[in-house]
Amino acid sequence: MKELLKVKGLKTYFYTYEGVVKALEGINFDIYKGESIGLVGETGCGKSVTALSIMRLIQWPPGKIIEGEITLDGKDLLKISEEEMRNIRGAEISMIFQEPMSSLNPVFTIGSQITEAITLHQEVNKKEAEKRSLDMLNLVRMPDAEKVLKQYPHELSGGMQQRAMIAMALSCKPSLLIADEPTTALDVTVQAQILDLIQELNEEIDSSMLLITHDLGVVAQVCDRVAVMYAGYIVEIGTVKQIFKNPYHPYTKGLMYAIPKIHVETKRLEVIRGVVPNLITPPSGCRFHPRCDHAMDVCKKKAPPTVKVEEGHYVACFLHGGVK
Amino acid sequence: MGFFDEWKKRNESRIKETKFTLNLFRHSFLSMLGLVLILLMILTALFAPFIATEHPNYVTLINPQGKRVTEQRWEIHFDEKLEPPSSEHLFGTNDYGYDIFSMIVYGSRLSIKIALMVVVTALIIGVVLGALAGYFGGWMDELVMRVTDIFFSIPGLILAMAFTAALGRSIEHVMYAMIIVWWPVYTRIIRAQVLKTREETYVEAARSLGTTDLKIIFKHILPNSFAPLFVQVTMDMGAVVLTAAGLSFIGLGASPGTAEWGLMISSGRAYIFQAWWYVFFPGMAIVLFVLGFNLLGDGLRDVLDPKLRR
Amino acid sequence: MKLRDYIIRRLVLLIPILIGVTLLTFTISHVIPADVARHFAGGAKANPETIARIREEMHLDEPLYKQYGYYLNDLFHGDLGECYTERRPVTEAIKQYLPATAELTIIAMILAIFIGIITGVVSAVKRNSWIDHVTRLIAITGVSMPIFWLALMLQLAFAYKYPILPLDSRLGIGVVAPNHITGLYVFDSLVTGNFTALKSSIYHLILPSITLSFASLAIILRITRSSMLEIVRSDYIRTARAKGLRERTVIYKHALRNALIPTITVAGINFAYLLGGAVLTETIFNWPGMGRFAVAAVNNLDFPSVMGFTLLAAIVMVTANLIVDLLYSVLDPRVRLGD
Repeated sequence: MKELLKVKGLKTYFYTYEGVVKALEGINFDIYKGESIGLVGETGCGKSVTALSIMRLIQWPPGKIIEGEITLDGKDLLKISEEEMRNIRGAEISMIFQEPMSSLNPVFTIGSQITEAITLHQEVNKKEAEKRSLDMLNLVRMPDAEKVLKQYPHELSGGMQQRAMIAMALSCKPSLLIADEPTTALDVTVQAQILDLIQELNEEIDSSMLLITHDLGVVAQVCDRVAVMYAGYIVEIGTVKQIFKNPYHPYTKGLMYAIPKIHVETKRLEVIRGVVPNLITPPSGCRFHPRCDHAMDVCKKKAPPTVKVEEGHYVACFLHGGVK
Repeated sequence: MGFFDEWKKRNESRIKETKFTLNLFRHSFLSMLGLVLILLMILTALFAPFIATEHPNYVTLINPQGKRVTEQRWEIHFDEKLEPPSSEHLFGTNDYGYDIFSMIVYGSRLSIKIALMVVVTALIIGVVLGALAGYFGGWMDELVMRVTDIFFSIPGLILAMAFTAALGRSIEHVMYAMIIVWWPVYTRIIRAQVLKTREETYVEAARSLGTTDLKIIFKHILPNSFAPLFVQVTMDMGAVVLTAAGLSFIGLGASPGTAEWGLMISSGRAYIFQAWWYVFFPGMAIVLFVLGFNLLGDGLRDVLDPKLRR
Repeated sequence: MKLRDYIIRRLVLLIPILIGVTLLTFTISHVIPADVARHFAGGAKANPETIARIREEMHLDEPLYKQYGYYLNDLFHGDLGECYTERRPVTEAIKQYLPATAELTIIAMILAIFIGIITGVVSAVKRNSWIDHVTRLIAITGVSMPIFWLALMLQLAFAYKYPILPLDSRLGIGVVAPNHITGLYVFDSLVTGNFTALKSSIYHLILPSITLSFASLAIILRITRSSMLEIVRSDYIRTARAKGLRERTVIYKHALRNALIPTITVAGINFAYLLGGAVLTETIFNWPGMGRFAVAAVNNLDFPSVMGFTLLAAIVMVTANLIVDLLYSVLDPRVRLGD
């Protein structure tokens, strides 16, 4: 499989009043053409920062991409001009956000917001763009699409708003779609519909997807591969099958055990002890060591290197390799 | 463990938050500047006799009954009339040959007095009415709110002008008029806050425990209305002085000759092209006074507003 | 709810407020003064005959509620009483002086809104730059300055020291006023093609309108800046950027459109404050408008005129509020009329 996007050594920091938040500490991963990759982890581990860094939408101040490479089809997104980046945003890479209600501009109609994206990146006149907006709304199976074009965001339900966001994001047929917790804010019944829709449309327009979520169930349902993030690092990456069947990293294992299972009888749900570390003064060495049952001396001193444990399955933990 | 240590431990998070707030405030240059200006004004007012080079001994010349008030130094110093600023007269002299610097120094007393009187009285009225309206609701709320509506539908300066005209011109009447104009502001703030806090769980809890209404208002509701009210009061200290100066300028405030900043500008107006200092310095005094409170209020708002603080 | 129905409903709701205002003006003019007749006759120096005549005319010997009845009745018939300083009905005086005030306040409002919004946006976009610091300092000084002092300082600088602008009044000496259409000289002279008068009236408007607009400008700047700062951090601005829009479009289309909502509200409230400011500005610039008329009336204890002016100010203020609410519903689709 060919890589579409390569992220190498990406570091993003936030300079706040309390100190420097080291949100991303040099992360590496690839996204292949046509695949769906899930990015999982607890709140505040750097999932959304990763997405915004790829879009180059980290706002200065306080945030800044310190170093790293993000290459899309061989082009380093961190080296191109702002104008070139603008042509990529919304056209090559587009994004869906967590809160559809607040992510749509309240004072413009749904139609005008989708049309704006289309006229921006495609050489079409206004009339054609409006027609395409309607097509997009029909594509996302928006009920009463014609009417919705003229409606404002607050007049739609959460599910319909997210459909509109998806229509907007896919309107220019991007090669990569980043979905940042697209169903978290929605009703449970609507979540499944929206997930199905994203998956289906993504296959239809043949784009890759980076799905950010804290819900492993969603990952199992939608993704081909998973990357597990912890406190600014990717600690484990592999196919869904590999990770779910054979998790290596203690943190990944902890996440797995935190899912209630129907067929296995357990006395109580396992939880990972401790809390997400403060990223201003993160723990030394492996950032997970204060919460890890298997922590060794070396874990406190050095950050573990990423090692290959099987084909396509990598893990960053001293238990499974690296210098002890 | 001493009592203090125990208290400190129990209120750890609150102390941390307060320290953070104070720290934010200290790091805001403009807020500190505001505080310094206000302190300077207060010190000037307190030590006026030591700062001023002469006593502007010509306060009220004619009292409201039309009688002359005794012991006025009302002679004109012809030889020192409208002198430009010099080492002897820092801000120059006015058309009676009096030292403008000294008049400004003494004027600070009047300004602080006006600001405090008006704001505090209006605040008391506003808090009482606002708390009653908000807490008890019903017809009382309706009545109080409709009355504030009426007051809010006339521009403050104009209403105060009409009131002062009816009461008769004097600095006291300017104060009364401004109190009448100002209380609805506080009534509305307090009412809104009371409505907000009334529904909070801890107030519900207190009520279900049988705490009296009055106690709930004073112990739970009012302390929580402190932040927005504090900002408003700070800003209003300046606004009151501005309005009072405006009324004095029109001729409704202090009687001619009083060391009052607005009035000084008004009397200096006739000499504006001959003696700029006559108008300039009293105006600067007003600007610095009002600026001090506005800067402080602005800083407080930023610090107390949870949305803006970080 | 239809726009027309909404306006009608709002106007109906205004009636109790306006009645309340008349109660207030009645209290000020008939209840507070110790000797109302003497007050109306012009104070201490009034002659006994005039006082007696006024006592008779104003029914001052009857109970207060009856007096209020007469007062309301007069108001309903458009009778605001007799202006003592000018010996003619107050309504006539208002008719003469209102256009000058309208012209001054409207121009000042336009200045305040345009400059306030532009500088507010720039200040927010370039947050913490020197431009931001300077504009904020100007803004906070703007609301701390006595308007009459600012007026005098501007006169001193631009009419005396560097005499590039006229000192006072509406037109230059020898310039004939344009034919009366609205009474707003700029408008009238533009319509009638009288360019001499147009030039002169604009020239004379510069200092007073800048003076009058300054405080409102500062307030509008402040609110624009703070709402822009809040909005540029919002999710839909992130969406707009993620679409690939230019920063200019993001700011001036997506953000500003939302920031206008609170700004318009504040601007509307300020229009009423402008009337208060006009009282002082007109006095200094010798502007033949309502404000100068009111000050003269106050100083002559001409109560019918003062009350007429107060009532007019209230009407302008409630009208401004109504317009703001209508604009609000146009700018913000989430607001539905009548809610």
